[in-house]
Amino acid sequence: MSELILEAKHVTKKYPASGGRTLIANNDINLSIYKGRTLGIVGESGCGKSTFMRMAISLETPTEGDILFHGKSILGLKGEELRQHRQNIQMVFQDPTAAFNPKMKIMDIICEPLLNFKRIKKSEKEEVARKYLELVELPGDFATRYPHNMSGGQRQRVGIARALTLEPEIILCDEATSALDVSVQKNIIELLVKLQKEKDIAFGFICHDMALVQSFAHQVAVMYLGNIVEVLPGSSVAEDSKHPYTQALIGSIFDLNMDFSKPIESIDSEAPSPLDVPVGCPFQNRCDRCMEICKKERPTLKNVTENHQVACHLYQEVEG
Amino acid sequence: MQKLKEFVKKNPSFTVFALLALAIVLIAIFAPFIATHDPYEAVLADAVQAPSAEHWFGTDKMGHDLFSRAIYGARTSLSAALILVAIIVVVGTTLGIIAGYFGGIVDAVIMRISDMMISFPGMVLAIAVAGILGANIRNAIIAISIVSWTKYARLSRSLVLKIRNCDYIAAAQLTGSKTGYILTKYMLPNVLPTILITGATDIGSMMLEIAGLSFLGFGAQSPTAEWGLMLNEGRAYMTAAPWLMIFPGLAIFITVVIFNLLGDSLRDVLDPRS
Repeated sequence: MSELILEAKHVTKKYPASGGRTLIANNDINLSIYKGRTLGIVGESGCGKSTFMRMAISLETPTEGDILFHGKSILGLKGEELRQHRQNIQMVFQDPTAAFNPKMKIMDIICEPLLNFKRIKKSEKEEVARKYLELVELPGDFATRYPHNMSGGQRQRVGIARALTLEPEIILCDEATSALDVSVQKNIIELLVKLQKEKDIAFGFICHDMALVQSFAHQVAVMYLGNIVEVLPGSSVAEDSKHPYTQALIGSIFDLNMDFSKPIESIDSEAPSPLDVPVGCPFQNRCDRCMEICKKERPTLKNVTENHQVACHLYQEVEG
Repeated sequence: MQKLKEFVKKNPSFTVFALLALAIVLIAIFAPFIATHDPYEAVLADAVQAPSAEHWFGTDKMGHDLFSRAIYGARTSLSAALILVAIIVVVGTTLGIIAGYFGGIVDAVIMRISDMMISFPGMVLAIAVAGILGANIRNAIIAISIVSWTKYARLSRSLVLKIRNCDYIAAAQLTGSKTGYILTKYMLPNVLPTILITGATDIGSMMLEIAGLSFLGFGAQSPTAEWGLMLNEGRAYMTAAPWLMIFPGLAIFITVVIFNLLGDSLRDVLDPRS
């Protein structure tokens, strides 16, 4: 196993809501990101993926639990310490139209992180920007353009270039491909995989597209209503998924070669509101294999095989 | 030079009003060369004379030459109005950006103070402040500033809030930008065009406010050459010597109209949508 970089321990995030209720966005999350590997986080909209990521990049603080970076907690960091720490974890945003200051040129955008930490001089700006543009396979001439003169895919590449400049150990991608055309999505993923191999960066990749994530993530965490319900290697998602929710997600994937004689499976009914999480298993009301115990007791993550954990009463802990 | 020509061609109305405004500023600066008499020289023998070849705008009850006083009045009124606008733009914008960016308790404190300010009728509060501090032009400026900054604070706060939660602000934080840098490089350029337009349009109305306070006796004191004060002094003789009110009134009217139209045409120049 490669080196552990970021570790979330029992992270819970609650928001106060109207009427004295609390919204539980994340419930007891345990996740680890390893050097040079990709962790995919999959789930429906509103399941708490983005909240978790915002805590990992220190834009929000967890209500309970701890987040460790190389074994040291990052929750207490403030001011200049926090600013210095930010060099370690960078992020690619979901919407490439909103991720850049519309009044700044591409070279100013790419070099801003470096100038912030005084790693380059102002006079080197254009040269450095060209270097990074070429790294993400864009023409160097884009340095003098403005973001609105570029397409979505090109802008997302600029977003990746900006995240790369500080040479972070982790880059978190918040649905970095969901605003893009399918053909462009593939190119961006290929670029990320290539950069990972070259620079040994760890990626945290948040996505709602199961098919996309399992194609390149080393590990996939499936999230439902603020809980991690299954963690498994990306390569075994197709054959070996255990949790009914994961299987339902896989069943709803569209595929060109799919058998259209079979009905496309969709999950009935809506997910319950995170304001009003049921007792027991969060997935109980939509699960077709729901048992009596599921309504009373919340399942915890159990090892079913090595590197594969499921939170479901259908499966038993495997020792060792 | 070529660029200047293109700019003039593209923005004819702005060019015209900018030149007119410049003319008023030049009149204020070169008042001693334009005025025909010393505006503070009282010749009681010549009191309350109708406009003539000697005294173009006539004379007031103390025998001051009204034309010279109207010209010198541009100095007082214009500099007072510009200083006033500069103060409220800087104070209001700064507080507004801080309130909008930091939110929470800072926002609550700043905006509640500003709510208090606008819940009073502005002129009444200004009169109260000027009354407490004493009546002179400096205190009139302070009094009006206290009640007028709120507009800029609210405006810049709302503009900041519009972009505060955009991804690119989060990106700036993540890439290690310091707070001061985000405020000046992200927030300020975002609010500046709107604030400048409002400020330019406000020069006229602030001039009126100062003239208003002076007219009521809380601003400039006799014998200062100030248009509002001159109006007040002429009020007693309105039917017998109407020129005492007509000329200072005209001066205020022309100046206010020019600066208002300048502000309007500045909007057309700075509006990125055109």
